Amino acid sequence: MSEPISALNHASYDGIAKVEESGLQGMITVRGNLSDKVLAKAVKDATGQKVPGQREAFVEGDTGVCWMSPDELLVLVPYAELNAKLAAMTDALSGVHALAVNVSDARAVFRVSGNSAREVLAKLAPVDLSPEAFQPGQIRRSRLAQVAAAFWMDDTDTFRVVCFRSAAEYVFELLKVAAQPGSEVGVY
Amino acid sequence: MSSRLAKQGRLIDRSKPVTFSFNGNSMQGYEGDTLASALLANDQMMVGRSFKYHRPRGVVASGAEEPNALVGLGQGNRFEPNQRATTTELFNGLTAISQNHWPSLEFDIGSVNTALARFLPAGFYYKMFIHPKPFWKHIYEPFIRQSAGLGKAPDKDSRDADTYEHFYSFADVLVIGGGIAGLQSAKAAALSGAKVMLIEQTAHWGGRTLVDGGTVGGKPVDKFVEQLVSELETMDNVTMRTRCMGAGVYDHGYVLGYERLSDHRPGTQGPRHRLWRIRAKQVVTATGAIERPLSFAGNDVPGVMLASAMRDYVVNWGVTPGQRVVIATNNDDAYRTAIALKQVGVNVIRVVDTRATAGPMAEEVRQLGVRVDPGKAIAKVKGGKRVKNVQLCNQDGIGGAREEIECDAVAMSGGWSPVVHLWSHCGGKLIWDDANAYFRPDPKRPPLGANGDGFVVAAGSSNGHLSLGEVIADAHAAGKAAAKAAGFKPKNTRAPSGEAAEEAPMEAIWLMPANAEVQLRMKSWLDFQNDVKVSDVQLAAREGYESVEHTKRYTTLGMATDQGKLSNINGLAILADSLDSDIPKVGTTTFRPPYTPISLGAIGGEARGEVFQPIRRTPMHDWHDANGADWEPVGQWRRPYAYVRPGESVHDAVNREVKNTRDNLGILDASTLGKLIVKGPDAGKFLDMLYTNMMSTLKVGKCRYGLMCSENGFLIDDGVVARIDEDTWLCHTTTGGAERIHAHMEEWLQTEWWDWKVYVANVTEQYAQVAVVGPNARKVLEKLGGMDVSKDALPFMEWRDGKIGDFDCRAYRISFSGELSYEIAVPASQGQAFWDALFAAGQKFGVMPYGTECLHILRAEKGFIMIGDETDGTVIPQDLGLHWALSKKKEDYLGKRAHSRSHMTDPDRWKLVGLETVDGSVIPDGAYAVGEGVNANGQRNMIGRVTSTYFSANLGKGIAMGLVKNGPDRMGEIIEFPGTDDKIYKVKIVDPVFFDKDGEKQNV
Repeated sequence: MSEPISALNHASYDGIAKVEESGLQGMITVRGNLSDKVLAKAVKDATGQKVPGQREAFVEGDTGVCWMSPDELLVLVPYAELNAKLAAMTDALSGVHALAVNVSDARAVFRVSGNSAREVLAKLAPVDLSPEAFQPGQIRRSRLAQVAAAFWMDDTDTFRVVCFRSAAEYVFELLKVAAQPGSEVGVY
Repeated sequence: MSSRLAKQGRLIDRSKPVTFSFNGNSMQGYEGDTLASALLANDQMMVGRSFKYHRPRGVVASGAEEPNALVGLGQGNRFEPNQRATTTELFNGLTAISQNHWPSLEFDIGSVNTALARFLPAGFYYKMFIHPKPFWKHIYEPFIRQSAGLGKAPDKDSRDADTYEHFYSFADVLVIGGGIAGLQSAKAAALSGAKVMLIEQTAHWGGRTLVDGGTVGGKPVDKFVEQLVSELETMDNVTMRTRCMGAGVYDHGYVLGYERLSDHRPGTQGPRHRLWRIRAKQVVTATGAIERPLSFAGNDVPGVMLASAMRDYVVNWGVTPGQRVVIATNNDDAYRTAIALKQVGVNVIRVVDTRATAGPMAEEVRQLGVRVDPGKAIAKVKGGKRVKNVQLCNQDGIGGAREEIECDAVAMSGGWSPVVHLWSHCGGKLIWDDANAYFRPDPKRPPLGANGDGFVVAAGSSNGHLSLGEVIADAHAAGKAAAKAAGFKPKNTRAPSGEAAEEAPMEAIWLMPANAEVQLRMKSWLDFQNDVKVSDVQLAAREGYESVEHTKRYTTLGMATDQGKLSNINGLAILADSLDSDIPKVGTTTFRPPYTPISLGAIGGEARGEVFQPIRRTPMHDWHDANGADWEPVGQWRRPYAYVRPGESVHDAVNREVKNTRDNLGILDASTLGKLIVKGPDAGKFLDMLYTNMMSTLKVGKCRYGLMCSENGFLIDDGVVARIDEDTWLCHTTTGGAERIHAHMEEWLQTEWWDWKVYVANVTEQYAQVAVVGPNARKVLEKLGGMDVSKDALPFMEWRDGKIGDFDCRAYRISFSGELSYEIAVPASQGQAFWDALFAAGQKFGVMPYGTECLHILRAEKGFIMIGDETDGTVIPQDLGLHWALSKKKEDYLGKRAHSRSHMTDPDRWKLVGLETVDGSVIPDGAYAVGEGVNANGQRNMIGRVTSTYFSANLGKGIAMGLVKNGPDRMGEIIEFPGTDDKIYKVKIVDPVFFDKDGEKQNV
């Protein structure tokens, strides 16, 4: 097998925040009844996490689970373990009506970090990113300027941003513009 | 003459001189000046010319309401026309040019228009330019183009040097306006714990109270403001921004704030403007009030200025607009200007007060030695480029028995109008206040939010309170009310008490003198920028314009870039008088955002250059780009149209690719095709409803081509469906259809068939998909090794999972070209590596990448339809001869019922045929076929149109498809397609399959 390469192959930029394409991330879209015990167990076995509630994200490093919609989760696993984890999940879910599908390569993932990271995101997403309103443990499916994106916080000044792979370059350029030197807003 | 005073100027720093230029002349100002104050300091009284008559124009105001002092600011990539000098902060190296004159500001040919004023009355556009018809093109339009218009457009080769951005912000209470009312409101709201944002359009807090003075809680007002600002700055729940204008108030508490970050220091790092996109639970508009001009003859001569503006220039910037000043007023506030001028030693020659008896402030001014004439008015101001003298008369009368006095500046005050714009943007209503002669917000009818309650509270003078004591009390109450409405408990605090000089009631004066004769009314300006005079509005009324909105458009009153901030109330008062009606009955025109013009850059935000629009890229995008791709936009994707080699035209490249794919081997990046996973116990049933043909019966491992119709029966998409396992299907969509069809599926599942057990996921971008096409397709795959792709192991319209070379893949044996063809899907992150491997292995088999045009030609040679070419939203499968794909076994599917409607079964519907010119040429794209006779409009009757047309290098001639009336019954007939090149194309109707009719090439 040839070496898989992420959309921008770890490109990075330093401005008022640091923007890095963070490489390949294993991702499984799970659709099903989120209150189903079988599904909850499959999620727990794959990630060690419970099923998140609305707008919650339970992520440690490259493993975790994010709420996407009332019947959809995004399960994160290390890229190298994807096939094994997906097979285990598919197996565990075989008795219930659910869908688990690999979307790892359909996405690009960015890390946006630094004191102004909140402001950089708030220039592009119509989301209240004040510390009172948005904290680690939460996720928003929203947009960055003209494309769909989702993001959560790894810690108090680090965001992880997920977009479609085809939009990776657009999102990287957007984040660069939003993080340009001298553009601190000074509110967060 | 206007000049800098020796003292005064609380906003300027005399230790920091600034050099700037106006019309190429170098001038000096100080840090803290506005361009307007600096121009006045340099005795530049005249700053531009008016729109219609090219009359000399001087600075008339000191803020956002300024109609006259518009300049072209900056140079080259930073040049911007129509910038208000009164809101432009001075900086070193600023360059400004005046506008609307030719050849120069001092000498202007267009000013001859003023002599023609009698022939350019209200509505002259509508009256003059109707007859005779040819005059428009040859006489009127060239004349108007030469003489009309304000600033110059930037040079077409220049590009904005700056960047811009948006910022999304959320607040419980947003206070717009950082004057004393806004500051007090913000504090009252913030004490409740609410999250408060306070924005101010100028660079300074405190507003005009700091000019007008007074005391609050026994303290001088400037100390009070200083303390208030520092208190707010220490509160964690308060965000404060200067140079940030509240531009518009919209539904659901959405407000736009326009922050000018570097207009006062161009070229500094970071964005120039930031557009704040604010969601506020409650909005407090503390936007102040604007003084009204008085309507007297010659009120537009440079040197005539609002009384409040005149004292702003004195107090804020240490500039006096004149040395000998006459003041005209109908209220006490203007006396503050007399006092301010006297205090700096300017000679105030006379105050004419329309009121029969002047109030207590008049007495104070008399004490300073200024003559005050009650019951008097200005009949006329004389002077061209600056004021020379004024003629005074009685206010009651027609303007006779004038006394002439020499002066070089006139201050006028017609009373104040609350700035109700932001209150009104989203539907707040106004009431007329007779005592003060203004419209103010009606607190009973605020703009309503989603729950039916008001979400805007007006505060201070924008709420109609003009005295300091009332302003503070009202603002305090407004802040508390807004906090309460936002769900907070306001602190039980009382407003500090404000005190200012006592004022006598004003008198509503709309014309000066009251019965001014027509010669005076023709020179009494209402709208300075657009040249609308009292006589114009009166004429409009006589001609039957009763609605204020119609009068506005007929006369152009209030239609200039200042949107009538000075002129609207005066104009509609004249209209009401002319109609013998009341002002509130006539009503106002609509207040629309933005409050003052905001830059297009700010509206666009980050969307320019690289990120103007998203461009979607496949994993092989860079390879295509490096290998000559001539790009074609397909939705937001970019796909190679053809790969152009050095020395080739695009057409040459297409022809080469078309031949090579049929003769040897072509590879196509098909990654953009939509891929939707549909899974669940009811997935088969669901797909049977979505596709016109049967999908539930498809065997695992097999593929089937399917059509999708809307519920109205029209074709919306097509593609190959593969059955993955018992419960799972993979549906290919068109490139442009992936998101749309995904949404279509979700909509039906969520709204109609919510109880069906089906889940859908869009996995389009998970895969890089490559079409391997041509007689050598199998050979190249076999050379790479891995799974068995032989005719028997992987028959036509089947798929297999396996390995090709090193790559895990899914191989589909499908063909859109009529050739032996595979589509190989690999994980996107290995797409480029797979493409490279194919390309290397394909060298000995004559591999060439091909683009979308080749794809189109190959499918057209085979008569395959393309969604978006053969379909346009009005085409049904029956039109395209696709009856075979319409299931007769199924009880129902989307579109089935629609297909039985009378119009859908009409035998005269145009139907798909092949088209071939008699001479082998290519029919122009979009051409229509003409039949016998003409229609009701005298146009030739149409009998068909071309849907796809190409040159086929394989066949050596033009081929096309089209929809023709009774087409399939007319095989062999010749019909005519007139081209736009004056040629009439004679075209034979033929079978749409031009190449390999029996499908032998793909069946190997």
